Amino acid sequence: MKRKKWNIAVSTTILSAAIIMGLSSPRMAVRAESKSAPGTQVKIDNFSFGPDLTIPAGTTVTWTNNDDVPHVVASDTKIFKSNALDTDDHFSYTFTKPGTYLYYCMIHPKMTAKVVVQ
Amino acid sequence: MGNFIRDNLNKDGVDRRGFLQCMAWAGTGMLYVMKGGILSSLPIGSAVTEAAQMSKMTGVDFSFIQISDSHVGFSKEANPDVTATLQVAVDRINSAAARPDFLLHTGDISQLSKASEFDTAEQVLKGANAGKIFYVPGEHDVLTDDGKQYMDRFGRDTNGKGYYSFDHKGVHFIGLVNVLNLKAGGLGSLGSEQLEWLERDVKHLKTSTPIIVFAHIPLWSIYPDWGWGTDDSAQALGYLKRFGSVSVLNGHIHQVMQKVEGNITFHTALSTAFPQPAPGTAPSPGPMKVPADQLRNMLGIAHVNFVQGKHSLAVVDSPLASA
Repeated sequence: MKRKKWNIAVSTTILSAAIIMGLSSPRMAVRAESKSAPGTQVKIDNFSFGPDLTIPAGTTVTWTNNDDVPHVVASDTKIFKSNALDTDDHFSYTFTKPGTYLYYCMIHPKMTAKVVVQ
Repeated sequence: MGNFIRDNLNKDGVDRRGFLQCMAWAGTGMLYVMKGGILSSLPIGSAVTEAAQMSKMTGVDFSFIQISDSHVGFSKEANPDVTATLQVAVDRINSAAARPDFLLHTGDISQLSKASEFDTAEQVLKGANAGKIFYVPGEHDVLTDDGKQYMDRFGRDTNGKGYYSFDHKGVHFIGLVNVLNLKAGGLGSLGSEQLEWLERDVKHLKTSTPIIVFAHIPLWSIYPDWGWGTDDSAQALGYLKRFGSVSVLNGHIHQVMQKVEGNITFHTALSTAFPQPAPGTAPSPGPMKVPADQLRNMLGIAHVNFVQGKHSLAVVDSPLASA
């Protein structure tokens, strides 16, 4: 447990550093982002989103619709919102700030899931 | 599973008990007759005869047709040519013995709210030998810009809101929108503004006025796990409780189901595009793939005869394949 806490503390420090660097040099921030946080995929299958995610800040999440019907991926506070995703269409969003993001399908609102950004 | 009629191909027709208990699944057409809140039904063989008789019956004031879920633009395996099956629906409307006074389209006209899809649908429906076409949107029709395009095309007379009412030969028709501003984790939604409008809209009506409500997502809880219901429908139906005859026509679930609750009869229509599974019988409510020769038995239209004075409503669900 102790070790885990320490890790979080370190990664928070790194993140803070990245944010500070980002302010002074946007290009570097982009590079740091792609290096520390590879893209994460969420599949939409049978009217449900892939499992809830816990990801480090800066991760880009890509949703892919595998259903025969369109879906719209949107955060419950509309921080992000995709277009109508037809079969095999993708939508990506990069989570930069830590927090818990609840999202749903705007046309099938029973479909809900979340992304926890650390 | 006693509540379901999986198929109506057998000669003894509908299991009346199961039907009244709640729901009927009909892979083929059935005649539904409501008289004083009591439903009876007939299998398709005699339904055609019965429908013809009913339309000739003195006292039948008018009839109209409900079509639903055309999904123009859909091209997947379940039905690669939904425009053709919509055309078949129109052909069937045109070959009906009694010319309907108008059509109701209960939504999902398009698959992806594309202008080209709406154009094609309108073009095909223009060929129907019926007066006006009244629409309400399905969620597929409002995928972009919160339904602005739908409103521009079909909701011009509705103050941009999409919901409206009209009177036809003594019957009060109400078209409702329950596919906008849906909340995470919820079902279909009417919203407070529309509910207030509805309360005002029916306030002045006599309790003897027959009411027919139409909306895309069912206004009764069919299967909430699949989103087949409307969160605030109870409030809407509350405003209609005092009326002697209320019929609710919905689409969305691509299959025929009926329920009677007091003086309110609920009815869902077949799709003109593709069938969907019975509640809970598949992992999801996605399009059901059936052999090509069976597809048209699972698509269709609903022809509604209204009998003035007796408050009878006969709904005939016809498959696209001729019976």
